[in-house]
Amino acid sequence: MSESGTHATLDLRGVMCPINFVKTKLKLEMMSPGEVLEVILDSGEPIQNVPKSIKEEGHRIIEVKKEGDFFRLKVEKG
Amino acid sequence: MTDHFIQDKTTKVTVNLEGAEQKMDFNDLKSGGFIKQRQKDLFTVRLRCPGGKLTTEKLIEISKIAHKYSKKGVVHFSFRQSLEILYVDYKEFNAIVAELEKIGQKVASCGPRVRVPTACGGCEYNPNGLTDTQKMAEMVDQTFFGTPTPHKFKTSFSGCPIDCARTKEMDLGFQGVVDPKWEEEACTGCTICSEACKEGAIESDPDTGKPIFDPLKCIWCGDCIRACPTEAWRPKRYGHIVRIGGKHGRHPMEAVEVCSFLPDEKVADAIRLTIEWYNANGKRGERIGNTLKRVGLDNYLKFMEPVFRNNETVKA
Ligand code: SF4
Ligand code: SF4
Ligand code: SF4
Repeated sequence: MSESGTHATLDLRGVMCPINFVKTKLKLEMMSPGEVLEVILDSGEPIQNVPKSIKEEGHRIIEVKKEGDFFRLKVEKG
Repeated sequence: MTDHFIQDKTTKVTVNLEGAEQKMDFNDLKSGGFIKQRQKDLFTVRLRCPGGKLTTEKLIEISKIAHKYSKKGVVHFSFRQSLEILYVDYKEFNAIVAELEKIGQKVASCGPRVRVPTACGGCEYNPNGLTDTQKMAEMVDQTFFGTPTPHKFKTSFSGCPIDCARTKEMDLGFQGVVDPKWEEEACTGCTICSEACKEGAIESDPDTGKPIFDPLKCIWCGDCIRACPTEAWRPKRYGHIVRIGGKHGRHPMEAVEVCSFLPDEKVADAIRLTIEWYNANGKRGERIGNTLKRVGLDNYLKFMEPVFRNNETVKA
């Protein structure tokens, strides 16, 4: 565990849709259910699209923090 | 002086089919989905594919038939999602229709009647979809296909406001919508919904991050519902925006919105009543959009009240 409550972090700032989602998906696939992935996403298109795709794949977004122009999400693998 | 050739509208021919003399009328053929090509004796055979969907099994069988009868070995996907077998000799119509019937494939229609409905993927397989457009297209095909009307009558179904099936240019179009409802208790003020809404209908409260919703800007797409991590936005009701009087062609017309949340179970009634009104008011060769202009939208809306009432009829 790198940080308290988080098992891995993906910084996806500057990564375009839908590659940011694909990277999130691949990372989550390597993790075990219940583990938490922290994802950093740009505002705009990434935050419009990635959270709903994460939900559609059956994972849970347990925390969201807006930090300036980007968002820090905590995703629990489903 | 009148041009003799322009006056000549003979379309009947006598053909020898399987040893027997038969009369064939090209105009009858046209109503059955056979379209004359510029090449002598050759026709396009348009198949009936509601919603542009075919099973792979049928597609394999159609391929064999197309390969056998198309003199050039080509098919074309029509703009209304139906498969067309090109370069078919009219002397082989009976044979091709019999072979198509064997695999349960019907021929489409042209002329003044209800056409094969078109539809996008809808919620069956498209993540944006809010309504089951494929199921609706199937229903319209089963119930209304071929019903005579004063002029062609095109319907389509889009699953969401992106409107891939172009309901704005249909005689009668149905586009999926969802009414989002917000529950404060579940909201964490994360502001994702205001970022997710492309219409600017949601702003985040500067202090709490919670959404401030402007229904006048909302186009009922459901992005906020899909994006919200805590399910604070939920679907209150699903339905269809109903649009009437659109067409493309030489003189395109944009359809007008006549109802904003028609539920699935009322779609058939809306179509039935609209056809009834069109047949009572429309002139031969007049698209419903022009009938509405001539007779007045109010007349139509009054007639439709039993179906549209309580679904927020929009008066244009
Ligand atoms: S209209 Fe909406 S649901 Fe239908 S295909 Fe387009 S985006 Fe998908
Ligand atoms: S339904 Fe669509 S347009 Fe309406 S508030 Fe939600 S995201 Fe915005
Ligand atoms: S996305 Fe959901 S939790 Fe976040 S602010 Fe909007 S309603 Fe609240």
